[in-house]
Amino acid sequence: MSLLKVSGSPHIHGDQSVSKIMKYVCLALLPAVAVAVYCYGFGAIKVLSISIASCLFFEWVIQKYFLKGAFSLNDYSAVVTGLLLGLNLPASLPWYMIVLGAFFAITIAKMVFGGLGNNIFNPALVGRVFLLVSFPVQMTMWTKPVESARLWFFNGFHGMEKATVDAITGPTPLGLLKEGGVAAVQGSNYMDYFLGVMGGSIGEISALAILLGGLFLIWRKVISWHIPVSFILTAFVFSGILWLIDPTRFADPVFHILTGGLMLGAVFMATDMVTSPMTKGGMLIFGAGCGLLTILIRTFGAYPEGVSFAILIMNAFVPLINRGFKPVRFGKEVRRG
Amino acid sequence: MKTFKLGGVHPNDNKLSRDAKIEVFAVPQVAYVSMAQHLGAPAKPVVAQGDKVKVGDMIAVGEAFISANIHSPVSGTVDKIDEWIDASGYKTPAIIIKVEGDEWNESIDRSPDIIKDIRLTDPKDIIAKIKEMGVVGLGGAAFPTHVKFMIPEGKKADYLIINAVECEPYLTADHRVLLEHGEKLLIGTRILRIALGVDKAYIGIENNKPDAIAHLTELAAKDFKDIEIVPLKMKYPQGAEKQLIKAITGREVPSGKLPIDVGCVVNNSGSTYSVYEAVQKNKPLFERVVTVTGKTVKKPSNFLVRVGTPIKELIAAVDADLEHTGKIVSGGPMMGKALVNTDVPVVKGTSGVLLFHEMESCRPASHNCIRCGKCVEACPMGLEPFFLSAAIDKELWDRVEAHHIMDCLECGCCQFTCPSNRPLVDYLRTGKKVVGQMIRNRAKK
Repeated sequence: MSLLKVSGSPHIHGDQSVSKIMKYVCLALLPAVAVAVYCYGFGAIKVLSISIASCLFFEWVIQKYFLKGAFSLNDYSAVVTGLLLGLNLPASLPWYMIVLGAFFAITIAKMVFGGLGNNIFNPALVGRVFLLVSFPVQMTMWTKPVESARLWFFNGFHGMEKATVDAITGPTPLGLLKEGGVAAVQGSNYMDYFLGVMGGSIGEISALAILLGGLFLIWRKVISWHIPVSFILTAFVFSGILWLIDPTRFADPVFHILTGGLMLGAVFMATDMVTSPMTKGGMLIFGAGCGLLTILIRTFGAYPEGVSFAILIMNAFVPLINRGFKPVRFGKEVRRG
Repeated sequence: MKTFKLGGVHPNDNKLSRDAKIEVFAVPQVAYVSMAQHLGAPAKPVVAQGDKVKVGDMIAVGEAFISANIHSPVSGTVDKIDEWIDASGYKTPAIIIKVEGDEWNESIDRSPDIIKDIRLTDPKDIIAKIKEMGVVGLGGAAFPTHVKFMIPEGKKADYLIINAVECEPYLTADHRVLLEHGEKLLIGTRILRIALGVDKAYIGIENNKPDAIAHLTELAAKDFKDIEIVPLKMKYPQGAEKQLIKAITGREVPSGKLPIDVGCVVNNSGSTYSVYEAVQKNKPLFERVVTVTGKTVKKPSNFLVRVGTPIKELIAAVDADLEHTGKIVSGGPMMGKALVNTDVPVVKGTSGVLLFHEMESCRPASHNCIRCGKCVEACPMGLEPFFLSAAIDKELWDRVEAHHIMDCLECGCCQFTCPSNRPLVDYLRTGKKVVGQMIRNRAKK
């Protein structure tokens, strides 16, 4: 027998680990990735691979040469950031903008705070918002999804080139709404929206694919239902109230929850552990805040879409929410059974 | 099925020694009897070097209010009154006895007959007997049993709960006692019920022991109508006193209070069996059932061991792969203590000896807290381990106290569930020590 090891209890550990959680998130994103590749073809593959590769690269450089810390790529958090950032970008974005977004996400939003766990804001969203504010034109130039994919399918590599270079642009449903009011989106096919036949960032288009991933994460206990449900429900109820007040001015609630980044935001972005509250009560408030702000920005703000801003604003409230929503303590009050 | 509500985790129960019958373990050559094997003040030796002792002779007396008598587990000559290492890794006062033969004190009834008629009827006599025989809790903390049953003025007990939960993974000592000494355990329960002056007693058993639940339910239905067997849904730490009371009665022991404040007294099942032996057989507590198990043990066993037997003798008897053993723990894997060496003797509170494979002996590397909140979800006391550990790290003791560090059970749920492998319980133990000292210093002023 070699020397005995001595440590404090507990001597066993559950099977959770950071890298496992991150791998589960990657797996859960696969349906959305598949839809993105189906609809945008080579454009989606290009955006995702550049985004993931640059996130990994910047994390490695900073960890090794600036923080001089341990190798941290194996926790897969940079992969998740890269994947989420990529899914939040349009297929036609030039490569250097993607690299810039990844740089901003990893460096400014995450590593400056001390790496994974210390960041206040969701890194992928910070990257996206940075790009949106800096390159508003390119960030809102949307390829028409299925047509570009069809080009890819039928014309092979040549079509692929054509799909990305001569991007056939069309507005997103939310863009139409902002430009032309409710009349412009009259008669939209919600089943198309649910399955992913609409313009938008490559990963946000199919509510179905995102919900599948969300169910997987809830099943694997990576996320709980509280944030997505309260986010989507609040957005639904609030936009529903507006719609009931004046259906000619405001879009209906089903339109709101199926379009834009709401699903992706509610399931994958707002549930980021690091930047969301600790307790269930706090999560419900956090989700409700996100939903409310999203609809406020969409209907009364300058931007057609408000999910990213809403989540980032609520991220800033997390420390406050954590103070207000404490777990229920055992034995706090005397109860006679 | 009943269980407690708040927090808790589900470790794999790994009850490898579930089916191993209790074997009587060989009497050691030398017995190392610690004087501090119970909670409270150490016992004071009443024998001197060179004295001859028989099995069951009292060799040390517990004089303080919270203390317990200690009886010789062997017959022979007192070799030394010295110090010896215990499970904490520190030396404590101990009586070292050279064993000669196995001669028992004549007052002990060694017949195999089960005595059903309770020999003492006055609660005071029962409690005095329990005290005389040095019975303590056998679950691990070893709190003197008689103290629990001396109800303070102005308080009243409504519930007697026997803790047969054994929620620690691997351990099966209590389980085997339930199966092999079920009737004696029920008689012991009845004795304690009389001592407490309540009409009914409850025995809580987790549903990973269906055979024990069935066996005891059958026995209780026949002759023990005053005892109810309560099956509990498996969840760690159900064997913690406060969680067990919550599961069975729905009552919550308030922060900083004792079970008796909500009218409950909880007693471990192993020590309830010892109560039977003490009252009905006049046998002091000097031997107990110890589970010896683990991934490197080829023959996981349950032994009836004399107190004072060095743990290395137990390990030698289970055909262990010592080459690949990396850690040896006294107690269960969630709350047990890692031993610094195997000269440590068995004490009244030793519920198990657990051998870990070297692969599972090291903690995985710890990372930054990712604020996932899993520790908050797992904490059965509703604390915030992530916050407490950070505040303890920064030595913000006032905030640590304000966040109820003293409620912490050190059950290990938070650390068990932490995906970043943070040493949360190490922090919490440190915090409890410092804040506990602060509170005591304040009380002195």
